[in-house]
Amino acid sequence: MENLLNLAAEDTDRTDGILKVTGGAKYSAEYQIPGITYGVLVPSTIAKGKINSLDTKAAENAPGVIKVLSHLNVNNSVPRYAKDQALIIDRNINKVFYNDQILFAGQPIAMVIADTYERAVYAASLIKAVYQKAPHQTNLELNIANAVAPNPNAKDYVRNQIDAYKDAEVFIEAEYDQPNHIHNPMELGSIIAHWEGDGLTVYDKTQGVFSSQRHYASLYEIDSKKVRVIAPHVGGAFGMALHSWPYQDATVIAAKITNRPVKTMLTRIQMFTMVGYRPETKQFVGIGASKEGILQGITHKAWAVTSSFDNFTEGTVRPSQFMYKCPNVNTIYRLVKMDVSNPIWMRGPGEATGMYALECAMDELAYKLNMDPIELRLKNYAVINPENELPWSSKFLDECYEIGAKKIGWSNRNPKPASMKENGMLVGYGVGSGVFNAGRSSATARATLDETGKLTIQSAASDIGPGTGIMMKKVAMDSFQTEGKEVFVELGDTNLPPAPTQGGSNTTSTVGSAVYDACTALKEKMVQVYHQFIVTDGQQHAYENFTFKNGAIILGGKSTSYTDLIKKAGLKELTVTRESKAGNERQKYAFNSFAVHFVKLHIHPFTGMVKVVQVVSAVDAGKIISEKQARSQMIGGVVGGIGMALTEEGIYDHRFGVYANNNFADYHVPVHADIPPIDILFVNKPDPYINPIGAKGLGEVSIIGLAPAIANAVFHATGKRVRDLPITLDKITVWES
Amino acid sequence: MSDQKQPETQEKELICSSRRGFLKATTALTAIALSPSLITKAALQHADERLAAFFEKIPLNIEVNGKAYQMETEPRETLLDFVRERLHLTGTKKGCDHGQCGACTVHVDGIRVNSCLTLAVMQEGKKITTIEGIANGDKLHPMQEAFLKNDGFQCGYCTPGQIMSAIACINEGHANSPTEIREFMSGNICRCGAYPNIVDAIVEVKNGGMKL
Repeated sequence: MENLLNLAAEDTDRTDGILKVTGGAKYSAEYQIPGITYGVLVPSTIAKGKINSLDTKAAENAPGVIKVLSHLNVNNSVPRYAKDQALIIDRNINKVFYNDQILFAGQPIAMVIADTYERAVYAASLIKAVYQKAPHQTNLELNIANAVAPNPNAKDYVRNQIDAYKDAEVFIEAEYDQPNHIHNPMELGSIIAHWEGDGLTVYDKTQGVFSSQRHYASLYEIDSKKVRVIAPHVGGAFGMALHSWPYQDATVIAAKITNRPVKTMLTRIQMFTMVGYRPETKQFVGIGASKEGILQGITHKAWAVTSSFDNFTEGTVRPSQFMYKCPNVNTIYRLVKMDVSNPIWMRGPGEATGMYALECAMDELAYKLNMDPIELRLKNYAVINPENELPWSSKFLDECYEIGAKKIGWSNRNPKPASMKENGMLVGYGVGSGVFNAGRSSATARATLDETGKLTIQSAASDIGPGTGIMMKKVAMDSFQTEGKEVFVELGDTNLPPAPTQGGSNTTSTVGSAVYDACTALKEKMVQVYHQFIVTDGQQHAYENFTFKNGAIILGGKSTSYTDLIKKAGLKELTVTRESKAGNERQKYAFNSFAVHFVKLHIHPFTGMVKVVQVVSAVDAGKIISEKQARSQMIGGVVGGIGMALTEEGIYDHRFGVYANNNFADYHVPVHADIPPIDILFVNKPDPYINPIGAKGLGEVSIIGLAPAIANAVFHATGKRVRDLPITLDKITVWES
Repeated sequence: MSDQKQPETQEKELICSSRRGFLKATTALTAIALSPSLITKAALQHADERLAAFFEKIPLNIEVNGKAYQMETEPRETLLDFVRERLHLTGTKKGCDHGQCGACTVHVDGIRVNSCLTLAVMQEGKKITTIEGIANGDKLHPMQEAFLKNDGFQCGYCTPGQIMSAIACINEGHANSPTEIREFMSGNICRCGAYPNIVDAIVEVKNGGMKL
């Protein structure tokens, strides 16, 4: 574990970069399969009730229509459906076309399969459903009294005294609201399913080809090996493709029933109800400290929306349990079950929601203490994780505060609210911290050296955008001390060695370590071969005496090219496969990545319009494997955080239980004009315990803490606390000045 | 790089390859449109396929990436679906189908256009350029080079639209400052948040002064 990487400093382009800038990268709906047909889904228009009748006759008779699927003809054909009456399969996926029940607006109730897309769309418009409506609930505020614990065994977290903050010399209490956020990756939900005999090939939008494989196999109760899932390029996901959804099952079922390859691409409108969202959450934080700013107690409560049929749960209140050194902490997490579709983790997931509340509350407390918000955080800096009482494997959060503050010019900030102006604009500076689990699970990688000297690295990981391919390549480049021209990477296919689902900032730590271990094993094997075919004196040389550099294995000044080594051994290739996973270090240390986000913004004194003018994000994610892509990933999280803070909100029309803004014109994700220059600062110090490469992961901490930094900057600029995201100008309305 | 085959030019029975034929067809179409019950009746009697085949095949002469195509198109087929599903040029992306995201941006006679908001049938005689048509063989277009160098993308899905828009942004004279670039690129959404890198790429190409 002490053998830390010394990566080449120069930047490297993505392994799929040329494909992506030339239009050559194929996403799941873009494979050319002979005889392809098109599936178009019909969504329910009511939020709760049942389908009394479904008239599909006109659609079935429309030109080019091959089949119309619904609960009327699907149910019995899917083996898994017959097994039990549960609505949910594989933890979170509700059975599609299972019965006549409507559980949420926008639920798929039928699918048309036709020979062209245009014909399928037209035929879908001819389907007529008659519903029996039941009263629906979509309003969190009105249903909070019916909140339930996530499961019967769930215990609320209590460290020492409950509500101890109330006894502190100085305390604040506040409620924070956050609406539904919809992932909205640019690639629509897309899939091609193709049965050949009892074998299924799926070109899928998924963050984990193996979890998709298991799921589709379970639908038809067939051996997983009969299902191949292919996803080398995924057009963004941000969590929405962590598991399969009914639209994917519908396509697999359609392909089976019609015995034709079927392609389905959701519409943008369907992306709002068919593939999850970050759930609307109401939070309460009570936090108290001594006059000197020493924390005495934190109480953090959250009420999160979930569907009527599943208890979707995330770690919203968890960071409050260990972020700061505080003797008394208690948290409560409740679910509000309503007639809505199922949520799913969205970038930063619950921790982004929870840290929004905690980091705003810290800012409020700092102002009440008349103390600098960074000073308050440093005064309560935890060296030992107070929740599990383990030392952190590495923690350079203090350094993040320091370098970030310096870069944004925190010392120029006059702490008095509404005191600073620039070019007629109110100026606000804000800070927010981020923390997320630094995980490591199990992955397998294969490293193969062929007779031409080409090194191929394979593992089934997805690359939804962070640059998993270049990460794998860089680990191999470092291991073999090469500039990388002969290094190739393959990923995103169940025919490759298994890797976990991409999510939770886990991939670099897990898959990168597997690549590292596979490369090390390959080098050991090369040393063995060297002894058999190159060294003739019968002497055994220690592995440590060999150097690997630029395509050659070197011993005592004698350099042998890989090509020669393999040829002299009479081989075509040398290959090793290694599984790599965490050990007992996870019982000895607490593992987390950390970030601090600094924001400077302008607010128009009359209209209240917010313009973020600078962001500085400092991150402790251990060793940075590929700095160019890591920087991009951090910037991406910041952009997502700006959306979370200022623009994004899924709005229901509660009268009908449907979204009122289910498109890009009305649901505002940040555009070019919203985004200022963003500085990313890496601490870039390897974690000595997490894994052999020292990397901790940063996909989540890139967004966690950004929204509160903006909310706090809005307060600094205006003196107004907006505790209800998104912070739109109507909520600021700074009429004075 | 791309294993896409260029489709064969379609030459099967062009029903209305002349102007007169087209007028005849549109007149019939109008008549049908005025009596929707006829369509329903036709559908129920399974006469619909022949009828549909007649109206769904409008001849289209179009040039895409320098190659002339003589094809048929349904009047309701968007230019986006035409290039993706018929020509198998899948570099042009569908992100919203409503002209709200820019992923489908192509050039029509050199002007950037949301291909999801325009019908293929409207492009008779037009020259279309997609992301597949801007490199010179294996030599990348300067904007493609700049996106690669500046890491102006992550998942890559909005990238073709960003690149096509970026080229047009410079050609239109709307790339004179980062602020102006941000304004005139705001029709192209990137959910991964590659915006700062995209702006850097465009500035670099603009400053390079190459003819695009």
